[in-house]
Amino acid sequence: MREYLLGNAAIARGLLEAGVGLVAGYPGTPSSEIIETLVDLKGDLPLHLEWSVNEKVALEVAAGASWTGARAAATMKHVGLNVAADPFMTLAYLGVGAGLVVISADDPYCHSSQNEQDSRRYAQFASIPCLDPADPQEAKDMAAYGFELSEKFNIPVMLRPTTRVSHARADVEYQYAKCLQGQKQFVKNPARRVALPVHARPLHTELLEKQAKMEAELEKAPWNKLQLRGSTGIIASGIAGIYAEEAIRDLDEDVSLLRLGCYPMPHRLIVRMLEHVSRVMVLEELEPVVEEQVERVARKVNPTVEILGKEGSIPREGELDFLMVRNAIARMQGLAERAPRSSFAEKILPPRPPALCPGCSHRATYYAMRRVFGKKAIYPSDIGCYTMAVGMGTVDTCLCMGGSITLASGIRFAGETEGICASLGDSTFLHSGLTGLMNAAYNKARITVTILDNSTTAMTGHQPHPGTGVTATGELTVQVSLEALARALGAGFVETADPYDMEATMDCFQRAKEFDGLSVVIARQPCVIRARRSGGKRKVFSIGADCGGCRVCLEFGCPAIEFSGDAARINNLCTGCGVCAKI
Amino acid sequence: MRTSECDIVIVGVGGQGVILISDVIGRAGVMAAKPMRGAETHGMAQRGGSVINHTRIGCRYSPMVASGGADVLLALEPAEALRFAHFLSPEGVALVNTGPVLPVTVTTGKFAYPSWEEILAPLSGLCREVKSMDATRLARQAGTAQAMNVVMLGALCRYIPLPEDLLQAALSEVVPGRYLEANKKAFSLGKAEVE
Repeated sequence: MREYLLGNAAIARGLLEAGVGLVAGYPGTPSSEIIETLVDLKGDLPLHLEWSVNEKVALEVAAGASWTGARAAATMKHVGLNVAADPFMTLAYLGVGAGLVVISADDPYCHSSQNEQDSRRYAQFASIPCLDPADPQEAKDMAAYGFELSEKFNIPVMLRPTTRVSHARADVEYQYAKCLQGQKQFVKNPARRVALPVHARPLHTELLEKQAKMEAELEKAPWNKLQLRGSTGIIASGIAGIYAEEAIRDLDEDVSLLRLGCYPMPHRLIVRMLEHVSRVMVLEELEPVVEEQVERVARKVNPTVEILGKEGSIPREGELDFLMVRNAIARMQGLAERAPRSSFAEKILPPRPPALCPGCSHRATYYAMRRVFGKKAIYPSDIGCYTMAVGMGTVDTCLCMGGSITLASGIRFAGETEGICASLGDSTFLHSGLTGLMNAAYNKARITVTILDNSTTAMTGHQPHPGTGVTATGELTVQVSLEALARALGAGFVETADPYDMEATMDCFQRAKEFDGLSVVIARQPCVIRARRSGGKRKVFSIGADCGGCRVCLEFGCPAIEFSGDAARINNLCTGCGVCAKI
Repeated sequence: MRTSECDIVIVGVGGQGVILISDVIGRAGVMAAKPMRGAETHGMAQRGGSVINHTRIGCRYSPMVASGGADVLLALEPAEALRFAHFLSPEGVALVNTGPVLPVTVTTGKFAYPSWEEILAPLSGLCREVKSMDATRLARQAGTAQAMNVVMLGALCRYIPLPEDLLQAALSEVVPGRYLEANKKAFSLGKAEVE
């Protein structure tokens, strides 16, 4: 079959080709469409799919399935791997049952992320193999191959697509889904499943001994390609290899090229390149992982070779593209660079940043919060759509998933005397806000925590979570009550408000603010995008002819309110929430 | 040396249906047995922000079009046409829907939205030809304002090396049955607009 597929859909196809039996993940751009595609393709396959509560949970669930004989994968974005780092590091020692693939999607340039960490470092850190695809076809092929590699060496394997692979599209050749038969049974083996020190020590030795064997195996992999031509060379990993191929063709230059797609890196191919050239440029996004290795190898085999890389013209931050790579090669070859074009548009164009949707209840909640807590209060916030409300003055921090409550606690314990009102979304709260809330209660933090409950994981594409009562595959399940959870974790004040009812929400915040202890406000109103899709329609609001033009409503920042001439008017984006009329 | 047969950059505002256009082109390209590449905007930027989509016909390389490399810039919104005009090749063509979508920075009175003339002047200087149309009006004429993106696809069809019948077949694959008639009409109206 050949189809025009999104990189993440191609990865899903690769997992199915390999007969995967379980895939668990937590949504995060650019990884979310892998599980979403599997949900669409599942049909009657014996495949367990789940949105897990967080990435650590997802990886542990996948490990359990692997140990029970089902090929399993865990999906997450790069920062999600930080959450899953605890099981990730030790799984490298304990190994797998059936194949286990950890998919960590990197986001060079932070298109939709709080940092641009390089997952290849994590693979290196854990001493596990990493497959670094350059395009959707490679991503599909590597996803399937990852299981074989994992089983052959009894080790988890990382697949590391980047945004420009996960969210690229290409014609992809794939096979139909495979169904792996056979007994699924957990086999007891404490020496390999119980990470006691007495077991861990020999397993660490074993892990280190695997490295050379894995390297020898990966040297034959089709994604490492060596073309020896001219006496200058390029070593490029992942997508940088595609940019390099295009640049060499564009420049029509006689340059040697080694494309890498697997870690541990193919030592002998690097040696052959270094023995052939007098000057080599290492092209890779983010960290100088390949470059460091090339430098080490060069010291032994060709100490005089000139190595160009991060020290010179290849940036260590952001993403590469064809033109950057073309110009870097042109500089190396003494050819003319091609300047990027400029439209000088920024002089006259209004910025169009992403913003909260018209009718989004987060805007209303934040408005009420700020009215009650005031300008001087501290507002630790978190990761979700609501982070985009930074202009409203109610987002003072954003560090990591669930970090709002714990930062708020630390700010209080350090001696801050102003009001402190933290905020985080429902999915983020369930992901990693729970422990922070329990900690705040236990350690007596006098703060207010607001759960912005739009009953979905909105930013990443509306995935369900335990508070929604629906599973990834649309089955009904237990609906976890945020109110009951907050009380159980020790909050002394728990109240729910409808943010579209401005007065009642402000009253609720007032009581929370005055409460002498840990207070939780749950601001609940479904995400407007979801509400629109499910057909819920409200009457569009309108402003009468008596608008005095005071511009107070503009401060609310709703895209449905426009100002022209000397009066405000409501445009067709209005969802009819009616909140602007009450401010 | 050219590394693709035709490079297209499609721009607009989150929610206007940019991805549908590239999906149709991509499917049609696969039907024509051409290698296809593309890159999309997902995630945070989708929430009412600027979106850009790269589509490369007959290409085995980068998923993104290079600055100065686009044979066609297809803009569903005039300000976005100018925002991404640096992708245009000097030999390229810009197809622009003239219906503006005002960003929050304009509705809240912080910035002014430029006139069509202010957009057209620099845009014309960057490429061979600018073709503009009121695609939103044409879509309404076809039966649904939602089909504005398909009007633009119809216009684009004259500028790309893919047969129209394959684009129509791909369109039928991605548009729900009950909207197909209106979308086919939208496609024809867009195509007629650039004749």
